[in-house]
Amino acid sequence: MDAGPVLWVLLQSLEPESVRRGRAKPMSGVMKRMGMIFRAKANKALDRAEDPRETLDYSYQKQLELLQKVRRGVADVATSRKRLELQLNQLQGQSSKLEDQGRKALALGREDLAREALSRRAALQQQVTDLETQHQTLQGEEEKLTLAAQRLQAKVDAFRTKKETIKATYTAAQAQTRIAESFSGISEEMGDVGLAIQRAEDKTAQLQARAGAIDELLASGALDDHSGLAKDDIQSELDRLSGGTDVELELQRMKAELAGGTSSQQAIEGGQGKTQAPQQPQDTPRFDKQ
Amino acid sequence: MIVRIMGEGQVRLDDSHLAELNELDDELLAETKSGDEEGFRRTLGALLDAVRRLGAPLPDDSLEPSELILPSPDATLPEVREMLRDGLFPT
Repeated sequence: MDAGPVLWVLLQSLEPESVRRGRAKPMSGVMKRMGMIFRAKANKALDRAEDPRETLDYSYQKQLELLQKVRRGVADVATSRKRLELQLNQLQGQSSKLEDQGRKALALGREDLAREALSRRAALQQQVTDLETQHQTLQGEEEKLTLAAQRLQAKVDAFRTKKETIKATYTAAQAQTRIAESFSGISEEMGDVGLAIQRAEDKTAQLQARAGAIDELLASGALDDHSGLAKDDIQSELDRLSGGTDVELELQRMKAELAGGTSSQQAIEGGQGKTQAPQQPQDTPRFDKQ
Repeated sequence: MIVRIMGEGQVRLDDSHLAELNELDDELLAETKSGDEEGFRRTLGALLDAVRRLGAPLPDDSLEPSELILPSPDATLPEVREMLRDGLFPT
């Protein structure tokens, strides 16, 4: 780099102190190299301008743009998170429905139907678990970006103040050093934030592709129907069995009552135990995610 | 000495800790170069712990550049390689 006297001063001030004092071997580790890389990038940007003061104004514009970008990033991640929450609710609703169907089928003496309902439910639960993990990831990204936006805002404000002071006192030789320092400090932050946004965008894009697939599944009814039969075949079978009403079920319940106590209830729970693992006791709320 | 943890912010720590950090840092570079995924995670974790433990956070509005920069806790080995390659210095 063909550095004039101004840049020479700038570069001197950017060299890590520990290297200058001979305490550290330069570039022997990851942290040191990354430090050098960020400084080199800041230098390169400074190097382009004839008058470093122009760089200050230009950089300030870039900072404001980046700030906008982080805020948009936070909003995008929040949108994806809300979409996931919607899907989770839908899946959980579907899951409770299947459990109810299983219970009803069992009460009507159709263990085969109940088994089918519960195995579909198990597959759904898999999706729910998966979505919950993704939800956590998005929440983490949202939090990180929010904090990044706060930090950047504070630095941009500080930079604006400093920029004006530097411009007012530019004739002083030390102003040059101060330009370099404040510039490389903020440019480092911008590099960091830029990468954070990129990472968040990548993660969100991945999750959005999967969320789209789940939306399609939900819409097509494929989640209801693993057997390739008509949509919600379990429900139609249950409807057929009970003549479209809950008459049969009512009859069973009344018989059980006449026979004394809650024996029918117990029979149901016992039956469930033999089929797919029921997660909760019957009379506690099952999907209290909301 | 100021250290940045990417995605988290900057901390200031006493120069006397440099030797300890250097050792881990060299180790991390070796693991990054050799592609030792497990060692990379362990050493990065140890470095992050050390920096957080020994350092005091810099205020958000500080404009001081960092001497050392640590990848974020969830950075992967390929990502770190990419950043090092990106930065003029061949690994």
